[in-house]
Amino acid sequence: MLDTPPFPAAHGGEIRAVQIRARDWGWRHAGRHDQAVSGLDLQVMPGERVLLLGASGAGKSTLMHALAGVLGDAEDGDETGSLLIDGRRAAEARGRVGLVLQDPDSQVVLARVGDDVAFGCENLAVPRAEIWPRVRQALTEVGLDLPLDHPTSSLSGGQKQRLALAGVLAMRPGLLLLDEPTANLDPTGVLEVRDAVVRSLDHSGATFVVIEHRVEVWQDVVDRVIVLDPAGGVLADGPTREILSRQGERLAQAGVWVPALPPRFPTRSPITPAPTLLRAEGLAVGRVPFGRRAASVVAAGITLNLRAGTATVVTGPNGAGKSTLALTLAGLLKPAAGTLQASDTLAAGIVSEPHRWRSQQLLTRIGTVFQDPEHQFLAPTVRADLQIGPRALGLSQAEQTSRVDELMHRLRLDHLADANPFTLSGGEKRRMSVATVLATRPRLLVLDEPTFGQDSRTWQELVILLAELLDEGIALVAVTHDAQFINALADEEYRLGMPDPIRLGTGAP
Amino acid sequence: MSLLTPTIRPSVVARLNPVAKLAVALIVSCALLLSIDWVSAGVALLLEAGLLLWCGLSARQFWLRTAPVWIAAPMAMITTVLYGEDSGALLWQFGFISVTEGSAQLGLAIGLRVLAIGLPGIVLLATTDPTDLADGLAQVLRLPARFVLGGLAGLRLVGMFIEDWHSLTLARRARGVGDGGGPRGAARRFFGPAFSLLVISVRRGSKLATAMEARGFGSDEPRTWARPSRVRAADAVLVGIGFAIAGIATSVAVWAETWSFILA
Repeated sequence: MLDTPPFPAAHGGEIRAVQIRARDWGWRHAGRHDQAVSGLDLQVMPGERVLLLGASGAGKSTLMHALAGVLGDAEDGDETGSLLIDGRRAAEARGRVGLVLQDPDSQVVLARVGDDVAFGCENLAVPRAEIWPRVRQALTEVGLDLPLDHPTSSLSGGQKQRLALAGVLAMRPGLLLLDEPTANLDPTGVLEVRDAVVRSLDHSGATFVVIEHRVEVWQDVVDRVIVLDPAGGVLADGPTREILSRQGERLAQAGVWVPALPPRFPTRSPITPAPTLLRAEGLAVGRVPFGRRAASVVAAGITLNLRAGTATVVTGPNGAGKSTLALTLAGLLKPAAGTLQASDTLAAGIVSEPHRWRSQQLLTRIGTVFQDPEHQFLAPTVRADLQIGPRALGLSQAEQTSRVDELMHRLRLDHLADANPFTLSGGEKRRMSVATVLATRPRLLVLDEPTFGQDSRTWQELVILLAELLDEGIALVAVTHDAQFINALADEEYRLGMPDPIRLGTGAP
Repeated sequence: MSLLTPTIRPSVVARLNPVAKLAVALIVSCALLLSIDWVSAGVALLLEAGLLLWCGLSARQFWLRTAPVWIAAPMAMITTVLYGEDSGALLWQFGFISVTEGSAQLGLAIGLRVLAIGLPGIVLLATTDPTDLADGLAQVLRLPARFVLGGLAGLRLVGMFIEDWHSLTLARRARGVGDGGGPRGAARRFFGPAFSLLVISVRRGSKLATAMEARGFGSDEPRTWARPSRVRAADAVLVGIGFAIAGIATSVAVWAETWSFILA
């Protein structure tokens, strides 16, 4: 190890694609009983483009973090075998590897676009005179045509991900790693990021590894698919088409979106009659900014009719006020103007404006599933959290327990009854957040991006569950970008910025 | 405009090195904290007023930003006048409230002091970009980069706290625990989301730390700085002015025999 020549300095010269070699490599996070990864044997040649797949918990992210050298040291976990980058331990390959993560918000480091891109170069001690040309080049490569002093806080999700990519590209890495880089983006954002990556790879020839549930985004970019086995090692490895056709079935079961095997749409049996539950007329929505009195309106002139057994989706570009509309329909924000009235069926004897209802009165009338499930978790265990709603309603202990047990069973959360909601996986958190709302049996369900970043299995379960609820007569309104979700469930689409809702076919295509 | 990228109008003060500005604020504050008398604070305030004209803030921005000080100063003054330690001739009495020559002077001294220390501090900060300040702290004062840049990156999370807090309170209403329960309920409604916010923030922080580490931050290797932070002649002049204000204020007070050294 000592006589290997040092890496060429990160600055100056061509980008040299790196080689990855794992020999019986494994990692166990400190404090965990099970191995995150074990018995991994793998070789990736310089310039190869790899899509890394595997069921949730197969250790994909752990491998990515290890390759990027950010997994930590002996204090953070136990390493077995070896994982080498150009013959060196990954942790020593500083600057040779660039990693872009899933969450756009937690990767922006500095306040101005140029400074943020320069950050990595500074850390690698690139001379100042060379940093700024690199920054400009990286921004051009990712297609971010913005002044260097543009504030990073005003970027959209897709722009933030391209900024993170530019920050990594400016370091001129020989290995580019992307860990679900587009999971939190709308369809436009997804393509922006994908195209930026392809452009930069064509230019640099760097080795490339990406994790992504949505295979169709990357299948034409990569030339090899590696599937990790949750039990350890590699399940399948080979050319993209071959692996997808040979392993498609198995991958789909593990939650991977295999283009040839789309999830099935549930059959709906619409109810009649479908009475109106909530009606918006000339509604304007907005939030009261911090320290102000009047709401700043983000969308106005909204006229909507939410009926029992009917699914309405709210669509529109980012920043159009979709989430604000959802929160207003849910009775959580006061309308900025216009009227929002619950019908007698929904109000059931109380005033008709949902924002004037008491918190406890909302429970049986309108349930809200937030975009970030973590925002609605209140108790230290899954069971205790699910009981909060039923208890607030004053139900008997026996009724509370039976409702919670039934829900945990229906949403496959039984084995997690005593787990802390914050420690669940992404799919489990989503199911849990829906369960908390269903526990009080509301008649209208408001969902904000319910399928964002979900694997195909959770997606399928969620859509089937929602279809059942619709058939039971629950009204549903969902803010979404997800075309498949709309195809599977939506009866009406309300596009923000358009005057009237669009009638869609009912249920399955 | 936001906390981290304030719109700063180009002005003489905006171009100065943030470290020099920080030094001036510290020098004047230290001098004024050594004594409690109205002459030194008044003289310092008068001299500062001349400088504040150059700061490049519009009148609206100036009053808006410094509003807290304009509220705090008279409050501090009135409280001291009414309840401060009495000495000298009695001017006015109502029950146990008494205003004497001594307490009136003390009140004036305190009120002027709050203004003389608060105004330049706020104005200098309002004309400073946090990123430039971090550059200055690391390059001019040689504070550790890990500490300075970590703090700067963390500052960005503050804006997200406000967003998170908003969502958390709405979510509690949606879950049936958003009102009722009297004062105990109110306390629970504050501490409940506060805890969730802590958990969410710690996670965000650790994700940010990973992202920074992945870009080569936090090693012991030397790093370069894309933005140079230089101390120019104008900065030296500014620090000189700071010393001059402190010196003149102190001298005038000593000459007027109002200087009372707090440690004496």
